Amino acid sequence: MTTAGAARPAGAALERYEAVIGIEVHCQLRTESKMFCSCSTAYDGARPNSHVCPVCLGLPGALPVMNRRAVELVLATGAAIGASTPDATRWDRKNYFYPDLPKGYQISQYDLPLAAAGTLTFDTSEGPFTVRITRAHLEEDTAKLVHAEGPAGERISLVDFNRSGVPLMEVVSEPDVRTAEQARRYAEELQLLLRTIGASDADMEHGQLRVEANVSLRRRGTEAFGTRVEVKNMNSFRSVEHAVAFEIERQAAILDGGESLRMETRGWSDERGETYHMRSKETSDDYRYFPEPDLPPLRVDAAWLASIRGELPELPAAHRTRYRDALGLSAYDAAVLVADADAGRLFEATLAAAPGLEAKPVANWVTGDYLRIRNAAAGPVRVDPAELAALVRLVADGSLNRTSARQVLEAHAQSGEGVEAIVGRLGLRQISDTAALGAIVEDVLAANPAAVADVRAGKAQAIGFLVGQVMKATRGQANATVAQAAIRERLDAGERA
Amino acid sequence: MTAVREATRLLGHELATRLRTGELSAREITLAHLEVAERQNHALNAWLVIEREKSLDEADAADARLAAARADGPDALDALHPLLGLPVAVKDLVSVAGGQCTSGSRIIDGYVAPYDAHVTERLRDAGAVILGKTNMDEFAMGSSNEYSAYGPVSNPWDLDTVPGGSSGGSAAAVAAYHAPFGIGTDTGGSIRQPAALSGIVGLKPTYGRVSRYGIVAFASSLDQIGPLTRDARDAAALLHAVAGRDERDSTSAPVPVPDDLLRLPASDDEAAAWLEGKRLGLPREYFVEGMEPGVEARIREAVRALEGAGATIEDVSLPHTDYGLATYYIVVPAEASANLARYDGVRYGRSVRLPGADFIADYLATRGDGFGPEVKRRIMLGTYALSAGYYDAFYLKAQKVRTLIKRDFDEVFGSGIDALVAPTSPSVAFRFGARTADPVAMYLSDACTLPANMAGIAGVSLPCGLSNGLPVGLQFIGPPWSELELLRFSRGYEAITAAAEWRRLEPAQLTQADDATGPTPAERAARLAAA
Ligand SMILES: [Zn+2]
Repeated sequence: MTTAGAARPAGAALERYEAVIGIEVHCQLRTESKMFCSCSTAYDGARPNSHVCPVCLGLPGALPVMNRRAVELVLATGAAIGASTPDATRWDRKNYFYPDLPKGYQISQYDLPLAAAGTLTFDTSEGPFTVRITRAHLEEDTAKLVHAEGPAGERISLVDFNRSGVPLMEVVSEPDVRTAEQARRYAEELQLLLRTIGASDADMEHGQLRVEANVSLRRRGTEAFGTRVEVKNMNSFRSVEHAVAFEIERQAAILDGGESLRMETRGWSDERGETYHMRSKETSDDYRYFPEPDLPPLRVDAAWLASIRGELPELPAAHRTRYRDALGLSAYDAAVLVADADAGRLFEATLAAAPGLEAKPVANWVTGDYLRIRNAAAGPVRVDPAELAALVRLVADGSLNRTSARQVLEAHAQSGEGVEAIVGRLGLRQISDTAALGAIVEDVLAANPAAVADVRAGKAQAIGFLVGQVMKATRGQANATVAQAAIRERLDAGERA
Repeated sequence: MTAVREATRLLGHELATRLRTGELSAREITLAHLEVAERQNHALNAWLVIEREKSLDEADAADARLAAARADGPDALDALHPLLGLPVAVKDLVSVAGGQCTSGSRIIDGYVAPYDAHVTERLRDAGAVILGKTNMDEFAMGSSNEYSAYGPVSNPWDLDTVPGGSSGGSAAAVAAYHAPFGIGTDTGGSIRQPAALSGIVGLKPTYGRVSRYGIVAFASSLDQIGPLTRDARDAAALLHAVAGRDERDSTSAPVPVPDDLLRLPASDDEAAAWLEGKRLGLPREYFVEGMEPGVEARIREAVRALEGAGATIEDVSLPHTDYGLATYYIVVPAEASANLARYDGVRYGRSVRLPGADFIADYLATRGDGFGPEVKRRIMLGTYALSAGYYDAFYLKAQKVRTLIKRDFDEVFGSGIDALVAPTSPSVAFRFGARTADPVAMYLSDACTLPANMAGIAGVSLPCGLSNGLPVGLQFIGPPWSELELLRFSRGYEAITAAAEWRRLEPAQLTQADDATGPTPAERAARLAAA
């Protein structure tokens, strides 16, 4: 992952200023039906306005009915971030006019969110970092505006209500983030958490996870918050990092020039690599929240909450810790295996296929060569866990060297052919037997007296040459480590003799 | 034709009997009511649309069901719903698939409901005939039907007066024999007050008794749907048809609907005997200053009659009643301001598009043009009450007072009082224009009815005589889910006053209402305004 635009290194401004960043994430929850009606949420690719009903169109007389599953997913998220949940909460109407909001109000939660005061901890290049999460609440998504051209070439807006009423969870962080990298990592970790607990598919490209960053700067050593700018329209984690880095530099340049910032919402343009003004926020909006009279208050009883907690899978942080502490994996391997569900599955299945197999080399093969092969492949790649286990064994017992093993894995991933069969067919089995290598070593030593003399004279690199000669003589099948040991032993024996 | 015409004078349960004996068919009954409704709509303007063809189709379907049941024997006939084949006047805020649903407003003009309200479904299940949609105050905001975008409605007792509101069209239609059954909604008295002013029975059920699904929302935490009829038994039958839990309205309650609603006593003796030993509370706060002496006199007579039938009358106090009106006019506009936000011209109804303007300008133009003055007044009131810095002082405070109002009722009913007896409206029907210049005077029309809405409890209004030739309404108010008891009180009162002279009177100006060349209600209102 590259860091923010080489042209604008984020570090420069941060020497003088401290960035204070709060992050708001909206994510569509993974439910079958919408938040307050029975329309299907599987509208991706569907004809516009084909997943609609009187409720999500805001027709006269329509009434909302709460989707209990959506509530459970927010409660699960709350449990996963260690948040607290009130015994009783309710729905509130957030009033504002916009063509994508069919009722003229959004059913949301104002002062009694389903989850409050949690935390999210993740790794960064500077070590682990914890962000406090203010709240997570449930609301309904808006419709989608599509801008088009009318018959006379005029600019028109069309409304697609398929998205209207999809359950949306808003997760608001405290202004704890200080760098662009932390902003990206926070969003990535939240995505991983939501996917792990099954709350959301959280795909940014599909708009299932929308990240907004509130960025302000203050001079190092000062406490007061600076003027806050809201940055949105970031469609990838990369964009999040780039946009925040850009915004820090932009604000620093303005402040350096002695000017002051204005409250505004800015969008991020990937093409131009910069944020741009969207609208001013001189006054704070008055949404005239009041309790939603169409829905009764929502009681969250202890048993319900307990059953949701009980069903939570192992969370990413605990998962990584277990990999590091119990299996001895590196922090990198643990992070990759937890973040990449497919890699994680292969890792677990390989260990399961070969009890007693050491975890660390399996992890290395999965996060290294397997991911390289998978990511480079045009189509899906299948590696059989039992075959991978066999491969790891062959390397461990010296029957296969790394280079050959890579070749075998690639061949297996491509054709599905068994590892043993590939090794046999290509004649890759390594000669690790000292006895078998002994005669060859003798020949090599006899043929290269100068190199032997160099080794004896203490020139360490000369032994590499002799090993290379052994490899050459065996067409690469010799186990280099065994060959070196054999050479060393033979020469030592010769000296003593 | 006379026999058929006389059919319109029959009560719902009387028509039901004749349908089962074969004396009348649903088609004949429907045709008779259509004929009166169509003829008198010029003078009364009670209907916004009369669905002749659809209602005749529904009548034919009902006749087919009757014929099939008759072939199956008496049990099958008994199993038919009492509403089968009978005309219903439906307030034009109830969604009926394929038909208009204006809610009395220009802003939803042209909208065709694509779905049936719960109430509509239940009426269809019962086999009722939906004769058409009735006039109303715009978005049910009003107590005289003068705030309809489609013109005022005349009261058949005096065509220069209002029928009450907001369910004025349904009330006038039922009073003038256009239909034995009417559907209204009541947010602060919009069923009971027009029932009182039009001389009929109107019941506001407990909040949650009837699903609001498909009803154009006014104030969601108070709106209830209920019957307008010419006697208690018909009111009970219509309530029975539409009440009950509906999953689509999360505020509809899973409380069983008593089948005894269909078994209110036919015999006057039995109905009167039920009153014996019942405890009625007379809330002193409901005898408000400015109440018309004729109204108070009728109410006191009614109370004496109930006492004479063996009920005990006890003076009670509901001390927070005085705060009801002020509280109501914060909570209701607040909810309405949000409920009416959806009328923006984007998806349906009226839409004003200004060339080159942004959508906010289009919204302002659409809403400025589409809403009437009373609706705008309430949207402004409600928006203000919910604004930052005012919310606590207005909306939150009003909700707390609402709790106190509810507690007043809880305490009275907790003390063993079976029901309260009170006036429905402090006045009889008033002339066009009498209160439109002064919104507060109009709001006071509901002073005796809105506390029941604030508390979410049930109330019924029924005729108890005349004052200056115009009907006076007697109100029974009961605890939650007491509709059956309230209707038994009503039926009991009907029984003990069955011989009263005023019971035999028809609305005084039905003959004038037959005149399709006379002035329309709008012309009468204009003439009065000019005078
Ligand atoms: Zn829907």
